[in-house]
Amino acid sequence: MTAGEPLLRVRGLTKHFPVRGGLLRAVDGLDFEVRAGETLGLVGESGCGKSTTARLLVRLLEPTGGRIEFAGQDISRAGRRALRPLRPQMQIIFQDPYASLNPRHTAGQIIAMPLQVNRITPPDGIRARVRELMELVGLDPEHDNRYPHEFSGGQRQRVGIARALATGPRLVVADEPVSALDVSVQAQVVNLLRRLQRELGLAFVLISHDLAVVRHFCQRIAVMYLGRIVEIGDRDDICRRPQHPYTRALLSAVPDVARRDRAGRVRLTGEVPSPLDPPSGCRFRTRCPSARERCAVQEPALIRRDGGNQATACHFPAGASA
Amino acid sequence: MDGTLRTGTGDPIPAGRTVGRSPGRLAWMRLRRDRTALVSAAVLVLFVLVALAAPLIEAAYGIGPHDQFQRRLDGFGMPLGHAGGVSGEHFFGLEPGLGRDIFIRLVYGLRTSFFVACTAAVLSTLIGAALGGLAGYLGGWLDAVVSWLTDLTLAMPFLIVALALTPTLALRFYGQRDEVPPSFGVGVLIAIFAVFGWTSTARLVRGQVIALREREFVAAARASGAGLGHLLVRQLLPNTWAPILVSFSFAVPQFVTGEAALSFIGVGLTEPTPSFGRMIYQSLDYLQTDPAFVLFPGGTLVALVFAFNLFGDALRDALDPRSAR
Amino acid sequence: MLRFLLKRALGAVLTLFTVSVLTFGMFFALPRDPVSGMCPKNCDPQRLERVRQELGLRDPLVDQYANYLKGIVAGRDLGGAQGGRCDAPCLGWSYVNNEAVTDTLARVLPVTVSIVVPAAIGWLLLGVGLGMVSALRPGSWWDRAAIGFSLTGASVPLYVVGAVLLLVFVYTLRWLPVPAYTPLATDPLRWAGGLVLAWCSLAFLYSAIYARLFRAQLLETLSEDFVRTARAKGLSNTRVYGKHALRAAIAPVVTVAGLDVGAALGGTVITETTFGLPGLGRAAVDAVRAGDLPMIMATVLVAAVFVVLANLLVDLLYAAIDPRVRLG
Ligand SMILES: Nc1ncnc2c1ncn2[C@@H]1O[C@H](COP(=O)(O)OP(=O)(O)O)[C@@H](O)[C@H]1O
Ligand code: SF4
Ligand SMILES: [Mg+2]
Repeated sequence: MTAGEPLLRVRGLTKHFPVRGGLLRAVDGLDFEVRAGETLGLVGESGCGKSTTARLLVRLLEPTGGRIEFAGQDISRAGRRALRPLRPQMQIIFQDPYASLNPRHTAGQIIAMPLQVNRITPPDGIRARVRELMELVGLDPEHDNRYPHEFSGGQRQRVGIARALATGPRLVVADEPVSALDVSVQAQVVNLLRRLQRELGLAFVLISHDLAVVRHFCQRIAVMYLGRIVEIGDRDDICRRPQHPYTRALLSAVPDVARRDRAGRVRLTGEVPSPLDPPSGCRFRTRCPSARERCAVQEPALIRRDGGNQATACHFPAGASA
Repeated sequence: MDGTLRTGTGDPIPAGRTVGRSPGRLAWMRLRRDRTALVSAAVLVLFVLVALAAPLIEAAYGIGPHDQFQRRLDGFGMPLGHAGGVSGEHFFGLEPGLGRDIFIRLVYGLRTSFFVACTAAVLSTLIGAALGGLAGYLGGWLDAVVSWLTDLTLAMPFLIVALALTPTLALRFYGQRDEVPPSFGVGVLIAIFAVFGWTSTARLVRGQVIALREREFVAAARASGAGLGHLLVRQLLPNTWAPILVSFSFAVPQFVTGEAALSFIGVGLTEPTPSFGRMIYQSLDYLQTDPAFVLFPGGTLVALVFAFNLFGDALRDALDPRSAR
Repeated sequence: MLRFLLKRALGAVLTLFTVSVLTFGMFFALPRDPVSGMCPKNCDPQRLERVRQELGLRDPLVDQYANYLKGIVAGRDLGGAQGGRCDAPCLGWSYVNNEAVTDTLARVLPVTVSIVVPAAIGWLLLGVGLGMVSALRPGSWWDRAAIGFSLTGASVPLYVVGAVLLLVFVYTLRWLPVPAYTPLATDPLRWAGGLVLAWCSLAFLYSAIYARLFRAQLLETLSEDFVRTARAKGLSNTRVYGKHALRAAIAPVVTVAGLDVGAALGGTVITETTFGLPGLGRAAVDAVRAGDLPMIMATVLVAAVFVVLANLLVDLLYAAIDPRVRLG
């Protein structure tokens, strides 16, 4: 899983929303890659642009700037027609299991929708494929004529997952797939996603505000703050040797990590600044415990330090070359 | 309140549910439990059956809508006997003047009324749903154009335009001397209702679509590559049945009384098409001399429109359980 | 706020412009000789020709329309037979009434206003009252009676109600005079006596809409968060109903009422015909019957102006009344 062209390559991706009061920089220059079969976790506080990123990746939104390449093809400006052949290969799972299912369609109709829209006829017919998918995600295939309101939250999310898998995608973007669920159900759905990812060899972008969810799932982790990636790297590096103060703060909030690493604990204080008017220099400086003058003047670039896989956007990273 | 049991352990199967109860089915069940809805629906069904079976009723009754019974009128053209000539032979009595049977004319008038009102309601609802749906989903300039069209339609005085347009259109298509066939009058009436009646449906559907279009199930369909047709027809339309049905159920009585109003100013349906509105209008001349003649058509019309309005209210409550209290 | 107003005003002007073009097109462009309708059956050809000339019917349609608009904005000269100079809001000359259209309007408008304004007050009070009664005790007999009463009003054609009222109060009991219009300034009592039946019929007809609308709105707002918050803060029921719920529930009623009043001011055709009152609606019907083109144009346009103005006014009122509304 090392060699080969990345399945997804993102360069300088931006999305600015013109709103009353100026330009809202929801996503402001992202660079990352996802290889086939690889899992990338995207974490950050609410409002940092994760959902916008997810919608950009599957081109529900058109980027303001930057490039998205999927399987070597630039899709950042592609129209509906050009995207058509690629749609079955990239799918999205939404956060809200209530809003993401059409209340007037049965589970079977919902799961079959991507097949019908793309005029795909599976070898044994659509119905058989739907039953197969329902079984795959742990639903009773006999329930294919039930309506969303007859399922529990976790079951609904499984229906959404089955829909995303219907066309046999190579990339699945999951936007907070479990954060609307009861805690006890969350683990089951995460485990299901993990199993599916392994069995089907999917490339996965898992988005969560909760580092704990991403940590067990993803090989690589990207940390977002106010529309930018502040740190990206292999899971073990990010979790064991976080260099960016923000990553350290997020890790401190994860219970078992916090217990182990009491000394390096970082508490987040203050409010997230508005993406309408982000701070000069480093965007994190208004809340950063290690901020100095330079942080207000110069924006830190996302760079690797040890020649490893970990890149950090901070002038004064913790534990760099230590 | 949706009856789902959430135990918090694992993924519970909702308790005590039969399989496949669509939201429509649930609304239907609520409707069936509503006594007002049942009674008004029964009345409506009766009216519809009478309208549909008019020729059968004529055969059984033995009197046609154009048969005249001058022998049963007195020298002033007023029906003999009490209550406007009500008898075992003429259930609702006779029209003064021509001496036609009121009951069978009502039956046929009902038929015309239903035909005009239902066709016009179908058309106006279709126009309104299409324009409202497109405006709501696409937004932008199209939305602006549709809302301006709504304002324009509302700004045109309906009765005056109908009054002016009806003869002008007949003139356009048939010239000064030609006989204008009755079906043309019916067609013009339906067209006028449809053109003036779509605005409230459009407004309701637009609102519903705007509320729905940001929902993630629409995004999911778009992410799968669905086109505008699929999004509007397969994803959004099934969720807009409530406003569409409700506005349909209010449009029908509105057009029934609309026809009566147009008859009053002389542009409703003309003889020989049997018409409710014209009958009521003509009966007003006999308000003092033959009140029964006013009572039967008037009472029938009121019963019909009343039942429709009650049913419309009940339907709205059933489709939108939040409003039912 | 200013931009919002400007945008709405622009839209209103565009609507009026389109209404006038449509009306103009409908009556002038269709193959019906507008002049033959204006003149009784045996009218000599020379006179017809002169009328055609004076109306400018030989000019291209666009010119005719441009002249018409110019007359409204700046006034125009109509020629001797049409009373010569016609001042600024010039809507043309009516051959049927033999006077300037604006003069006819000035005569009939006060009648319609006298019908509509008191009737509107009546239907609002009745509708809101009935709606409130039924919303405070939903499902009760009060509720049913109120809704039943108002639904009956909505189900009976106005002219039937009018005819029955006339029969009872005018011809049988003789409590009221035969409906007629007396200017308010001349004799307020006779003004009211001649119009009261029209007011009652209209109020009965319209109150149904308001009762049902207000009931639904009130029930809805009573279940909304801010009302619950107000209750939780310990405000008394009266305060909650009076200050919060009523205010929020009345906003949509104001919208509908504004539009209804606007539409009614454009001519209560049925009411005026039923009670034989010479208002704008009757004038419009007479104009259509007589084929009096300038008068038809004028009545349609005036009706449209009322609706459009009402629309504008409602938008403003709405923003003022409903605490939740912001101008978009
Ligand atoms: N369609 C939109 N129009 C304007 N602003 C938006 C839109 N979508 C998202 N935003 C704004 O962009 C920022 C990022 O939002 P989002 O991507 O949803 O964040 P997250 O998913 O990380 O919570 C937020 O400030 C949000 O208000
Ligand atoms: S650049 Fe400065 S402000 Fe930003 S994270 Fe690093 S130390 Fe903190
Ligand atoms: Mg989000």
